Amino acid sequence: MSIQVRHINKRFGAFVALDDISLEFPTGELVALLGPSGCGKTTLLRIIAGLEQADSGQVLLEGEDASDTHVRERQVGFVFQHYALFRHMTVFDNVAFGMRMKARRANAQQIRDKVHKLLELVQLDWLADRFPAQLSGGQRQRIALARALAVEPRVLLLDEPFGALDAKVRKELRRWLRNLHDDLHITSIFVTHDQEEALEVADRVVLMNRGRVEQIGAPEEVWHHPGTPFVYSFLGAVNLFHGRADGGGVRVGEDVLPHASGGFADGEKVFAFARPHEIDIVPESGAGLPARIGRVLSFGLVSRIELDSLDEDGRHFEVELTRERFEAQGLAEGQVVRLVPSNLRVFVDEGAGI
Amino acid sequence: MRAVRGFSRGFHVLPGFNLTLGITLAWLAVIVLLPLSAVFLKAADLSLARFWEVVTAPRIVASYKLSFGASLAAAAINAVFGLMLAWSLVRYRFPGKRLVDALIDLPFALPTAVAGIALTALYAKTGWVGQYLDPFGIKVAFKPLGVLMALIFIGLPFVVRTVQPVLEDLDVELEEVAASLGAGRWRTFRHVILPVLLPALLTGFALAFARAVGEYGSVIFIAGNIPMLSEITPLMIITKLEQYDYVGATAVAVVMLLISFVLLFVINGLQAWTAKRTGRNR
Repeated sequence: MSIQVRHINKRFGAFVALDDISLEFPTGELVALLGPSGCGKTTLLRIIAGLEQADSGQVLLEGEDASDTHVRERQVGFVFQHYALFRHMTVFDNVAFGMRMKARRANAQQIRDKVHKLLELVQLDWLADRFPAQLSGGQRQRIALARALAVEPRVLLLDEPFGALDAKVRKELRRWLRNLHDDLHITSIFVTHDQEEALEVADRVVLMNRGRVEQIGAPEEVWHHPGTPFVYSFLGAVNLFHGRADGGGVRVGEDVLPHASGGFADGEKVFAFARPHEIDIVPESGAGLPARIGRVLSFGLVSRIELDSLDEDGRHFEVELTRERFEAQGLAEGQVVRLVPSNLRVFVDEGAGI
Repeated sequence: MRAVRGFSRGFHVLPGFNLTLGITLAWLAVIVLLPLSAVFLKAADLSLARFWEVVTAPRIVASYKLSFGASLAAAAINAVFGLMLAWSLVRYRFPGKRLVDALIDLPFALPTAVAGIALTALYAKTGWVGQYLDPFGIKVAFKPLGVLMALIFIGLPFVVRTVQPVLEDLDVELEEVAASLGAGRWRTFRHVILPVLLPALLTGFALAFARAVGEYGSVIFIAGNIPMLSEITPLMIITKLEQYDYVGATAVAVVMLLISFVLLFVINGLQAWTAKRTGRNR
C-alpha cells in the first residue's frame, strides 16, 4: 500500500520538528528515513503510524486521508527500537496478542498455526514458550517484528530497529530484514541514523536534516550524487576546504586546488568537499595543500592517513591510499607533504555554518 | 534471576553472608518473634475450653467481622483509587502536582488521633459533611461506615507509594504498541498494564490491609464503639486490659494475630504466583 504525506508540520514548543514535509512512499518499497538525531525522522514515522498528531498536513494511506484515523484502525505494524515486548507474556502470547485483540472470539487453532508460521518466518519457533527476558536483543527484535506482522499490517514502520544491538548482530539483522522484505513485499519505512545501514538495506533513502527533506533517491544515487552539502558530509567521511573561487580552481590560503567545472565568480566564497579516497599525496616540492602526516592506519587493502594542516587553524584531513601506493611513496609519520584532490565538489559558502 | 545461593562460597562483592544472615535472624527474633511468642505464652495460661469461650464471645466475634471486613474493604477501595492517584501523578502534569504528591504522605505522618478527631468533626451529624448526608439517611460517624472511612484514610499512601515507582518504569511504548496491534483502552489496561502492576498493587493492598487491621487511634473516635455494631478488635483488647483481664486480652490478640498472618500469607502467595506467572522469577 502506498503512503503519502502532504505538507506535514509539527512543532514541540518553539522547536520545529517537521517543516512542511511532503513525501511519497510507493507500494512495496523499503524506504529509509536517514538523518542525524533530532532531524525529525522519528516524529515523521510516528505521525504516519498515528502515534503522534501533526499540527497541519495530511497522511494518505492508499490515497485515503488517514489523518483522523486512530492508530488502532490504521493497520500499521510498528516496531520500536527497544522492542516494547510484553514482558509478562511468553513469546507465543506476544505474537498472538494482535490476533486476539482483533477477533473477539478468535479460533485458538488458527491463532496457534499462524503464530508458529510467523515464528518460523523469523526463525525462532523454538523460543515460543520463553519470556522476553530470556532472549537476546536480536531475538527480541525479531519477535517484535513477528508480533507486528501478525495483524497483517498494510504498512510496516520500524523506528531504529537495530539501534540497540551490537555491531555484528546489527549487520546480520540488516541482511535478514532485506530478505524478509523481498519475500513479503510489504511497504516499509525504517528510521535510522546509520548511513551504512540505510544505504545497504533500503530501496530508497530519504535524507532529513532539521525537519526538512534534503534529498531523496536510490542508495547509489545519493551516494554518488549528493544534492546538498549536508548530504555530502553526512554520507561518509569528507575533507572540507574553505576558500575562494579562483579561475579554474579553489584558492585555499596561498594554494590553488584544481577544480574541473568552474561556474563560480572569481573571489566568491566557497567550500569544497573531497572524499578520503579522492585525495592523493605528493612530495612537498609539488603543488597542492601542505599538510603533516599524523597517524597512519594500515589494515587490509587501504591505508588510512590522518593529516594536520600547517597553518594555525589546525584542520584535519583524512586520506585513503591503496597499500601499494602508500608503500611506493615511502611516506612516514611526521613528514610534510602536499594534498592534491582528484575530485572536488564545490558549493557556494552562504554562511550555513558548515 | 536466580534464587539466593544458599551458603555458597562463591565470590561476592560484599563479603559476610553468614554474618548478615546471623544478624538478620537475631534481629528478627528479638524485635518481632519475642513479643509475639510472649502473646502466645500468656494466652496459654487459659485452658482450651476457656480460651474458646473467650474468643468466640458474640461481642468479640462481631468485632472480628468489623475489623477484618472493614480492613479488606478499605484496602480494596484504596487499591482502586490509589492506582488512579498514582496514575495521574505519574502520567499527567497539572498545577499543584507536587503539592498533591506531598499530601499523599500526610496520613503516614499525622498522629492517628488527630485524623480520628478530624474525621469525626467532618462526618458527625452536625459536621461539615455529615449535615448534608444526614437528610439522605446516610450516617457515617459512629457507624461501621465511619470505621471504613478512617481505614481508607490511613491506608491510601501504602497503595500509591508502592504502585508509583512501578508505573514510572512502565514504558508508554507498551501502550502504543498495544494500540497499534488493535487493542482498545480497556484491553490495553487489562492485558498490558494491569499484569505488570499487579504484584506492586497486591503489595500495596497487603500493606494497607495490615495497617488497617492494626489501626486504633483514628478509628476509635469515629466508630462510637457501640457493642455489636461498631467495635473493632483492637478496642476489645484494650477494654479487656482496662478490666485487668490480661489473659483474655492476649487470647483475642492471638486470634487476631493468626487471622492476620493467614491473610497476609495468602496475599503474599498470590503475589508470588502472579510474579511467577508473568515470568519475573525465572
